Amino acid sequence: MNKTSKKKVNTDMGELMRRGSVPLMFILICAVCIPLSGLSPNMLVNEIVTRMGRNAFLILSLLIPIMAGMGLNFGMTLGAMAGEIGLILVSDWQIVGIPGMVLAMIISVPISVLLGFFCGKILNMAKGREMITSYIISYFINGIYQLVVLYLMGSVIPIRHTSIKLPRGYGIRNTVSLLNMRQMLDNLIPLRITLPGVGEVKIPVMTFIVIAVLCFFIVWFRRTKLGQDMRAVGQDLGVSRDSGINVERTRILSIIISTVLAGFGMIIYLQNMGNIATYSSHSQIGMFCIAALLVGGASVDKASIGNVFLGVVLFHLMFIVAPRAGAAITGDSMIGEYFRVFVSYAVITVALVMYETNKRRAKSRESERLREAQMEEEG
Amino acid sequence: MNEKTIEKKEKGAFGKFVDSFGLPRLIIALFLLLLLILAPFVGADLPTQISNIIARFSWNGVLVLAMVPMVHSGCGLNFGLPLGIISGLLGATLSIEFGFTGPVSFLMAILISTPFALVFGTGYGWLLNRIKGGEMMIATYVGFSSVSLMCMMWLILPYKSPNMVWGMAGKGLRTTISLEGYYDQVLANFLAIRIGNFEIPTGTLLFFAVLALAIWAFLHTKTGTAMTAVGSNPVFARAAGINVDRIRMLSVIMSTWLAAVGILVYEQGFGFIQLYMAPFYMALPAVSAILIGGASVNKASIMNVIIGTILFQGIVTMTPTVMNNMIHMDMSEVIRIIVSNGMILYALTRKTEGSR
Repeated sequence: MNKTSKKKVNTDMGELMRRGSVPLMFILICAVCIPLSGLSPNMLVNEIVTRMGRNAFLILSLLIPIMAGMGLNFGMTLGAMAGEIGLILVSDWQIVGIPGMVLAMIISVPISVLLGFFCGKILNMAKGREMITSYIISYFINGIYQLVVLYLMGSVIPIRHTSIKLPRGYGIRNTVSLLNMRQMLDNLIPLRITLPGVGEVKIPVMTFIVIAVLCFFIVWFRRTKLGQDMRAVGQDLGVSRDSGINVERTRILSIIISTVLAGFGMIIYLQNMGNIATYSSHSQIGMFCIAALLVGGASVDKASIGNVFLGVVLFHLMFIVAPRAGAAITGDSMIGEYFRVFVSYAVITVALVMYETNKRRAKSRESERLREAQMEEEG
Repeated sequence: MNEKTIEKKEKGAFGKFVDSFGLPRLIIALFLLLLLILAPFVGADLPTQISNIIARFSWNGVLVLAMVPMVHSGCGLNFGLPLGIISGLLGATLSIEFGFTGPVSFLMAILISTPFALVFGTGYGWLLNRIKGGEMMIATYVGFSSVSLMCMMWLILPYKSPNMVWGMAGKGLRTTISLEGYYDQVLANFLAIRIGNFEIPTGTLLFFAVLALAIWAFLHTKTGTAMTAVGSNPVFARAAGINVDRIRMLSVIMSTWLAAVGILVYEQGFGFIQLYMAPFYMALPAVSAILIGGASVNKASIMNVIIGTILFQGIVTMTPTVMNNMIHMDMSEVIRIIVSNGMILYALTRKTEGSR
């Protein structure tokens, strides 16, 4: 008895070390890079607060599929595209400010639901390969998105304003300005606080309130029947099917919820940026959000709200300081740019490798236990 | 009753044909055929178009061939192709740096890239052996991380050759390096056949044929058969006394080396070395080409490579010209994205027998 509890403490320690290693590494990178970058604390804190408001909602949308055991949802890009379509239409209709944002969100919902349903259906056909499949789906739908935005908008879907239309008469320009909507949500409740040693910090209060609401929603959702079902499905497909849970439906629902949330997240992200890069805004968003979540200490099968916020702070701190620090060390600013891209990919790679090795280890432990049990029975 | 069985049989024959050929493949082949028929009517020159397809086939053939060993050993589709491409790029740039020119530079590029491919392949294979079952996702990210790591390296490594570095700074490699005077078209010009607008790069095709034949022959040796066994049923293979991990490692090394040679062949046809982010998206076209050719996640043959590359490159070259001439709208890029990724999705959702 004593022995087993000791062993458990040991594995807990190991678990803690493993989970903590990535955030720790990032704290070290940031600790080295911040002095080298020569950025003032005021600027750093302001940047971090802005980026927290910009990205947290998007990253939170990843949590529910992880809960349902479907891994990192690379298909969140689908939601981002739905959000962009909503924004493009709204800016053509010249509906500005908060009403425009809300309308864009309303438009994005049916598109997100449709795309999420498609994605969930396909992922059900590729069980055990969800991540690579959702990753390819994001490319596939990107093709459809380009077809719609580049060829159908203006020719089939009416677009009136020439400011967002390509000169040839159909298709959307490379950038769509959201000047009428720019930081409307962030500035709805203006607040500037002065921190000792840092100076004035601008806080996007309303954005944070929206993010907080989403956090409460996720906490509440975990306790609902559907949330419990998702956790069960995430634990063990077979057992939950035997206990009467409709596994397929639950998995599809988790992807749909994630896609819809990602659509909202993208609208919040873009109102902060102030313009849409029509053909590239969404392409990198999945990768950066997933990397940030993993930097916060999440893994493929376990992620919490805490991971999201720690991840946003650490990842974006690295993102801000790396180019400057790289320029300071080597005299070439491109090195820092490449460095941060490399780190994003490397973090995802390491997290995936850790997840797969752990899964294998757990599986072999399981089979060993089975064998032992069998031996006992026979002996 | 008798009539019924006959009817069933007939339908079965057609169904069998569709099954064996695959519905998406059939659609793509018919689409390409339609494009070829349409081409003369919309004013495109057919011989030029066909020689374009052949040329592009010759550039990409070896890269697609690099998929075969890993698929055979059950490591899945090689989304980590960029890793091999990087070994090839190292070979190419070092060969120029050391001052080799003309056809010798091509040979030296292959020679120099080989040790890199072996080392990278070994590391990659070791990693993939530890994560059996999750190969494809991790391979993708291994490829991405290595490309972005090398982005830094191309800037830092002390290359000096004035033909490759930035003129102003005198250091750091350029994003595209012209191969004129080095190995531009060395294979293609070997025994090339030219009749009017029609061209066949015989040398490149021969080079591909030799490699393809070598792989085909290898798959029929004892080790090659073991590789197929590992891919189709690892448990059975282990019971038969095959060292599964060693065979998988070998297949990964072979794939990596073929990718290195593949990019060199591609460069000699294209005429430029592309560095930095260029290798990033090179895996997806190769993966979808072999899938269009009829391969699945754990089954691939040389024939799949040849058919797939012709179909894929055929669509890539034909759609822009035909579409442009017909409706004055270049939708080829969008069609390429949808077709290639749709094909990969189709393959991923197939139920694969003997999967883990």
